[in-house]
Amino acid sequence: MATLAVTRPPFGGFSFENCKRNAVIEGEVNKVGCSLPAARKTGTTICGVIFKDGVVLGADTRATEGMVVADKNCSKIHYISPNIYCCGAGTAADTEMTTQIISSNLELHSLSTGRLPRVATANRMLKQMLFRYQGYIGAALVLGGVDCNGPHLYSIYPHGSTDKLPYVTMGSGSLAAMAVFEDRYKPDMEEEDAKRLVRDAIAAGIFNDLGSGSNIDLCVITKSKVDYIRPHDEVNKKGIRMNETLQLESLC
Amino acid sequence: MAAPAAMIPYFGQQMSSKNDLVPDWTRQEVSTGTTIMAVEYDGGVVIGADSRTTTGAYIANRVTDKLTPIHDRIFCCRSGSAADTQAIADVVTYHLNVHSGVIELDEPPLVETAANLFRASCYRYREELTAGILVAGWGGVSFKKILNPVAVGGSGSTYIYGFMDSNYKPGLNKDQCLELTAAALSLAMERDGSSGGVVRLATISEEGVERRVILGNQLPKFSSH
Repeated sequence: MATLAVTRPPFGGFSFENCKRNAVIEGEVNKVGCSLPAARKTGTTICGVIFKDGVVLGADTRATEGMVVADKNCSKIHYISPNIYCCGAGTAADTEMTTQIISSNLELHSLSTGRLPRVATANRMLKQMLFRYQGYIGAALVLGGVDCNGPHLYSIYPHGSTDKLPYVTMGSGSLAAMAVFEDRYKPDMEEEDAKRLVRDAIAAGIFNDLGSGSNIDLCVITKSKVDYIRPHDEVNKKGIRMNETLQLESLC
Repeated sequence: MAAPAAMIPYFGQQMSSKNDLVPDWTRQEVSTGTTIMAVEYDGGVVIGADSRTTTGAYIANRVTDKLTPIHDRIFCCRSGSAADTQAIADVVTYHLNVHSGVIELDEPPLVETAANLFRASCYRYREELTAGILVAGWGGVSFKKILNPVAVGGSGSTYIYGFMDSNYKPGLNKDQCLELTAAALSLAMERDGSSGGVVRLATISEEGVERRVILGNQLPKFSSH
């Protein structure tokens, strides 16, 4: 690696100069005793699994702002195209905007080719965009869909690397969800088994990770249909107030 | 890959240090810790890699394919940052297709051409990239003999230099090369925390590419403890 860095004028590509400025500002602000506003993050457990006829995507519904729950029922499974959906973890605004931009570009591409878009195309567009921003766009995504070549599932990291696998988990609760997958995943599952597996994986994330919680959303994509089940399971219902005390529903 | 990482300041991590709910490793870059190697024999080349990709201490993918095809008979072995090496490999694949498609050559592209394309990208953006790449393949008649018949790379390669020095002899045939590669990778995976999973092998020759996977329990064993 070079030890002498010669300053050269930037030649194309995104300019990250403001990031250095922001770091300096944060340092100054912290010295005075204040803190910068925290971005709303989806602490999150998201996962996906390929079964016999298609793909099942799952997500929790908690969005956090620092240590406070900002949204108890946010939607983390985003539409990309009629046959492709994408779960997003990381900074909520980043996942929302990134998936919307790629969804829009993919629709134009699909109109241009005259064909249903392929999951590999969406993957290529997402990874090239995230790599261009060198990880500053905090979007960790689980992309799944069914196209002319069958069901596909990708995990996409904020720096722009992707993995194509039969089962993936992302987010702060991904370790808990992956533990469930590693134990019970089998190739060529039936739809009901796959839905149950994804539900249990997200539940593991919800109950064992502080950044994930509330309900479980599922999205089942096959060649013939898309089932967007929101919510699939309400595991954290608020208790009913009786007399003066709050009776809590039992946690399963 | 500790030395290069210290040189490049990570602004992203400073900004989100306040949030305790999101663990550290979710913000770290995905890296292929890795052991990769390539051995030339008379008639082709054997390449091999482990299959582990890590984000900090968590294994993001335990069955990664680090042997990426660039052209029909040219492969690259990737080590370093997963995002950087995937992006460079995609760019070089595109350039090679333009090179042999648009420029209408009769023969397949030379391995040297692919290696030079990699070198151009890696050198131009050397301050921003973390990538170590082995390029290997069978590329028609070459006017220059390859300098080294054996190459190893990645974080796990340091553990097998001694093994390679003592066990490699010129004039090995294809099966001996495969055995040597599998043995060397198993030894490196045993000792290096960032390498593991399965061993992926590929043989590239005039006839084509032959891919093979050796699962964890089928790896050659060396020590009894």
